[in-house]
Amino acid sequence: MTAVGKRIVGITVFAAIVCVVIGLYIGLYLTNVPGSAAATETSAGAELYLGTVPAAAVNDPHPTWVSYYAVDAGAKNWQHKTTYVLPANTLVHVTIYNFDSASALRNNWFGQPTGTVGGVITLDGKTTQGIDPDLASHVFSIPQVGLAVPLEGISATAKNPCSNAPCDLSFDHTTTTFTFRTPGKGLYRWQCFVPCAAGYIAGFGGPMQTVGYMDGFIKVV
Amino acid sequence: MSASGEAVNVEGTRHWRNVVLLWLLASVIMVPVVVFVLGPGLPPGNGSVEASGQTSDNIVLLALATPVALGVLVYLGYALWAFRERTPEVVLDGPPIRGNSSVQFWWLIVTTTLVLFLAGFGTIRLLADGAGGGQGPNPLATPSVPAVGSRLVVQVVAQQWQFNYRFPAYGGVETNQIELPENTLVQFNVTSLDVIHSFWAYELGVKADANPGVNNIAYVTTKGPLLFHVRCAELCGLWHGYMFNQGQVVPKTQFAAWIAQQRVKFAPATKTLPPYSKTYFPHAQRRAG
Amino acid sequence: MSAIAMSATAPRSGWRKLIGFNMLTGILLGIAGWYVGHFIGDHIHGANLAYFSAQAGENDIAIMLGYFLGVVGFLIGLGFANYPVKRLLGHPPSLAANESEAHGLMRYFSLSTDHKVVAKQYMAGIGVFFFVAGLNAMLIRTELLQPDVHVFGANQYLTLVGMHGSMMMGTMTSGLLGPFATFLVPLMIGSRRMAFSRLSAFTFWLLMAGEVILLTTIFFGGFQTGWTGYQPLGAQGTAGYDAYICFFALVGLSMTLFGFNLIVTITTMRARGMTWSRLPIFVWGTFATAWLMMLAAPMLIAALLMAASDRTVQTAFYIPGQGGSAYLFQNLFWVFGHPEVYILALPGMAIVLELMPVFARKPLWGYRLAVAGLLGISFLSFFVWQHHLFVSGINADLRPFYMLSTELISLPTGFIFLCAMGTLWRGRIRLTVPMLFCLGWIFNFLWGGISGVFNSDVPSDVTTHGSFFVMAHFHYTIMGGLIFAFFAGIYYWVPKMYGVNLNERLGKIHFWTLFIAFNSTFAPLFALGFMGMPRRVVTYNPSFTSLNQWVTISAYVIGLSMLVFLFNVVWSLLIKREPATINPWHAKSIEWTLPTPVPLHDFDRLPVFDADPYPYGVEAAPARAPAIAPARGSA
Repeated sequence: MTAVGKRIVGITVFAAIVCVVIGLYIGLYLTNVPGSAAATETSAGAELYLGTVPAAAVNDPHPTWVSYYAVDAGAKNWQHKTTYVLPANTLVHVTIYNFDSASALRNNWFGQPTGTVGGVITLDGKTTQGIDPDLASHVFSIPQVGLAVPLEGISATAKNPCSNAPCDLSFDHTTTTFTFRTPGKGLYRWQCFVPCAAGYIAGFGGPMQTVGYMDGFIKVV
Repeated sequence: MSASGEAVNVEGTRHWRNVVLLWLLASVIMVPVVVFVLGPGLPPGNGSVEASGQTSDNIVLLALATPVALGVLVYLGYALWAFRERTPEVVLDGPPIRGNSSVQFWWLIVTTTLVLFLAGFGTIRLLADGAGGGQGPNPLATPSVPAVGSRLVVQVVAQQWQFNYRFPAYGGVETNQIELPENTLVQFNVTSLDVIHSFWAYELGVKADANPGVNNIAYVTTKGPLLFHVRCAELCGLWHGYMFNQGQVVPKTQFAAWIAQQRVKFAPATKTLPPYSKTYFPHAQRRAG
Repeated sequence: MSAIAMSATAPRSGWRKLIGFNMLTGILLGIAGWYVGHFIGDHIHGANLAYFSAQAGENDIAIMLGYFLGVVGFLIGLGFANYPVKRLLGHPPSLAANESEAHGLMRYFSLSTDHKVVAKQYMAGIGVFFFVAGLNAMLIRTELLQPDVHVFGANQYLTLVGMHGSMMMGTMTSGLLGPFATFLVPLMIGSRRMAFSRLSAFTFWLLMAGEVILLTTIFFGGFQTGWTGYQPLGAQGTAGYDAYICFFALVGLSMTLFGFNLIVTITTMRARGMTWSRLPIFVWGTFATAWLMMLAAPMLIAALLMAASDRTVQTAFYIPGQGGSAYLFQNLFWVFGHPEVYILALPGMAIVLELMPVFARKPLWGYRLAVAGLLGISFLSFFVWQHHLFVSGINADLRPFYMLSTELISLPTGFIFLCAMGTLWRGRIRLTVPMLFCLGWIFNFLWGGISGVFNSDVPSDVTTHGSFFVMAHFHYTIMGGLIFAFFAGIYYWVPKMYGVNLNERLGKIHFWTLFIAFNSTFAPLFALGFMGMPRRVVTYNPSFTSLNQWVTISAYVIGLSMLVFLFNVVWSLLIKREPATINPWHAKSIEWTLPTPVPLHDFDRLPVFDADPYPYGVEAAPARAPAIAPARGSA
């Protein structure tokens, strides 16, 4: 092969390697787009079950981080997803099992639920217009539709706390249920408002700023 | 030398005259276009007194920038046409002109005058009413109140990633929606609970950074009914792009009814809030247990 | 004059070439340093710090120590410790001994004290990371195609934004001076080297180490602050922010030392007859920039040191509520940040003013005015930084002053424009590829400058701060200005630096595609900013969708034009390799009198200068040949 021919082959091989590297590089940024979980449709509207834990699963990339999970009615079938698919213009009944302890709200305003039907939530069976801000463990909020629901934490002296996901209902937990009406089609985002990311300034770093833990999307279809 | 020198001078004068005429023609056409056609569309519009001030400021800047830009562009276009080498195969030099002190002098005078005028004009505008920008805890420019009893203080509490609004004159109620009364001087006390955000009410012409531990005051004088968009204008983390809501300017009676309704709605929350203060330092959170 | 000492050992063959102090050894020792630093960091932190690391699942001390020792290992592997150690052991000083025993291609992968080799190392290194950062820009625009379809995770998008900005800013501050000043300033002043040859190599390898560290940020969660790294958002971030800190600390150090090297070189190593009033304008521009690099970059290092201690040992310099202030970081950062953007703008001006006389075939018009313009910009740039903070709640008394000082900078900038335009007056303009890029610079920087005047006016800044209008402004000045000047310099000096011609036709395609696509991409951003779209957002008002899509498609065309350029480089430099003549542009500056390739010792005899640098249009004056000093026994 001529010298020029050899050079062309060498350059082509090098260019191919560069393309592969570029593809890998782009792939680094495409990861961590978590999958989605859908609400179950019933005749009375849609139902969504979520669980919040003090630490994600032991084999999770971040086993020390707090996280939301999608679960089923019996708190089984734990899926580490934070994109929830909901039907449009429908009443959605949400049940959240919280296995985490309290960290207190940064802004006490979130102690009162907003955007729910009746302006109330049901906490462990009792309807209430708000919780003690110091007992808040997490918040489920969709700011774009004005929804913000505080979740009370398990007692500080709880005997049987769950440490890592997945948990089941035999561990200490609080159950919060509420209903809200979804808007029209679109992509909305939800977040927690309790500074529950321990080890980070203002409790708002790490899991509080990572989609897949304390943040996610609501896909209304 | 003198004959060719004169020929050179005539040549130069001819080009100079062409450029100036072209520039004048372009300016005479474009400046009115800019002022009357583009001008009314310039942001932020006329939703408030301060917004109108900014808009007219932008129109003046654009009107002054037009002949400057045209000067450079017309000259460039002319030079590329008139002075281009027509026979590139031969490499010939042009005349060894190293400068012209008269041109440099007048350029200096004209540009300095323009710059000083702009600085003075901007300062006068700014000191008149603050131009809707955040002025820190000790504002220099306070607009006048439109009528007796038409003054409202609203605290904008920025946090990751939602704006809340607190009304100290109405029991310190905090809401997540904002409505403002017409024809009122509104004082925004903008602060943050965590990182730096920026409260940008586009149609009102208000922009004030929300700096934690700082009370950043911005004034706006509302006019008639208006729908305005609030966006965060300083990168504050994950949901910076999703930190927005809408507000309204409504008649005074409607505002009074709205705020009363908000006080009732958020009564439980108001009981748990800390007393109204210009800045807040929520203590660093640790996990219990 | 002492001759350059040549290596006495015979060149090695095959894989043995790789043994010794070079980049490969540097990488291996760097990786080892990372693990050692990480190990030490894991074991030294006390109870309080352990709480924060354990809960967060990351140890910032370990990561920072790992980066630090990794860089130390990298530099040792390259051979930077050799000379200091030799001196400590008593060896005599050596002026320009080539540390590396490498020959041929390996010179470019090791420590070289030949300024021409360092310049080409800079060219390649800057080139690689310029394209990586450009790739990030393509990814950012891809994300912005739709407001409610997210290609990348919201976190990853913010890291992409931060990576694009940081890598571009950190890379391009040395982007023009690295390749061009290192190669040309010694030649233009009649010297055989930079004042500190080893330091020259050091600043290059520091930059490369920093870039690699920045690339690792995604493995630690990325950073959410954008290139400005505001606190306390930065202190709040995941460990990816540590990479940001280390990157800019290394870039800052590299800039400081590089600026220092340039100042000493230009001040002390000018040959006989090269008075200050005979310096080529490119050297003046380099000089003006070097002061900014030396004086502003240390501020950044200081600011980041405090940020690092906030994140590792839990100090509270920037944490409000615990005694700190977010303003402190903003001010420290912008005291660096504003001179930084003039570090980017000035070399572009210097190159454009240097090239235009060649292609208008006339002397530089208004030489003294141009020097005043460059130095004026340099001086004033230290007094304007608060214009980034107009609405942030700074004391309102300050704003009229900073409005005035910022507006004043447009005066020396205007001088530069006047001199460029004056050079064209009655010239014989040759539209070669470098000249096209210079003209593109004038057009683009015009819009960048005018939009800057809007931003300097406080009421107008209330309208546009934090919006895409600002984005358009600085992309017009930095990309439309600096990058166009960068390409002008490349097309102009590659024949001298590399001895081959770049294909002219491909160059023209590159220019026109880039020019049109660039304006098509960034002009609509002024409109988007005026319509209310904030910066660094992952979603936007749906009514902006079609404009965003237009911008994204245009950005892809920019990418295509860069591929044309890359193809031209590969084709001309590696495949076709048509040798360049000594002076293809018929320029009359001194670097074009030297043979191609420029020999190791540059000048056979050091020149004596006796004429002004732009002898165009003077009938009898020959092309600038260095006067031969009378032969006198030993050199």
